[in-house]
Amino acid sequence: MIDPVLREVLVETSQARAFEVFTAGIDRWWPREHHIGKSPLARAVLEPGVGGRWYSICEDGTECDVGKVLVWDPPRRLVLAWQITARWQHDPSFLTEVEVVFTAEGPKRSRVALEHRNLERFGEHAEAIRKSIGADTGWGRILESFAASAVA
Amino acid sequence: MANASEAFAALGDPTRREIFERLAARPMPVGRLAERLPVSRPAVSQHLKVLKDAGLVIDQQEGTQRVYRIDPRGIAAMRSYLDRFWDRSLAAFKAIAEEEGE
Repeated sequence: MIDPVLREVLVETSQARAFEVFTAGIDRWWPREHHIGKSPLARAVLEPGVGGRWYSICEDGTECDVGKVLVWDPPRRLVLAWQITARWQHDPSFLTEVEVVFTAEGPKRSRVALEHRNLERFGEHAEAIRKSIGADTGWGRILESFAASAVA
Repeated sequence: MANASEAFAALGDPTRREIFERLAARPMPVGRLAERLPVSRPAVSQHLKVLKDAGLVIDQQEGTQRVYRIDPRGIAAMRSYLDRFWDRSLAAFKAIAEEEGE
């Protein structure tokens, strides 16, 4: 079991607004340099509601999925599926959870606690890929590079 | 396995993070890594050594080449990357949420 990533910030704004900026306003704070597409990131999107898509749009118009909304409970709680593997590719069969809890500490003060969990799945997934393509030498490696360029 | 703070520190350097991200995309030998980076090959080797000592990458002799890849057991690598990622993202989120006020 790998410890989850736990992060917390105190924000000088209301709980409702904190939820709003985190979700509808994701494009305003999502870091530009962490991006899996080939072309620069133009916009980050988090669609509201359970099942909503979490993705980014590149400057060349292509879309890169990050994951989806698992729990949508404004303005208190949000659970997102992070579906980018250790190979930096979106994989719908891979899922780690990001839970964000918004707590009102005053009319204009909120605590935002984020937990990114199931991190052991990064390793399990890498191992599953390695096994599915056979030994890490010879044909296995050739198939691996083929798979890598096919998705690139 | 190296501890998370060591891995975290190793990924604090932008060139090393770049190397780590490229190796996460696909394994490659030092020569090929150096071709696509604005630093010398010896500098790349030095960065690789730091990443290896931090438990983030492993190397393996394949024919005449030494091929580097991220350590598949090194979930610590991914964890420290995400730790840093969310730290920076939440700081940006806080700044935006406070900046625009109500």
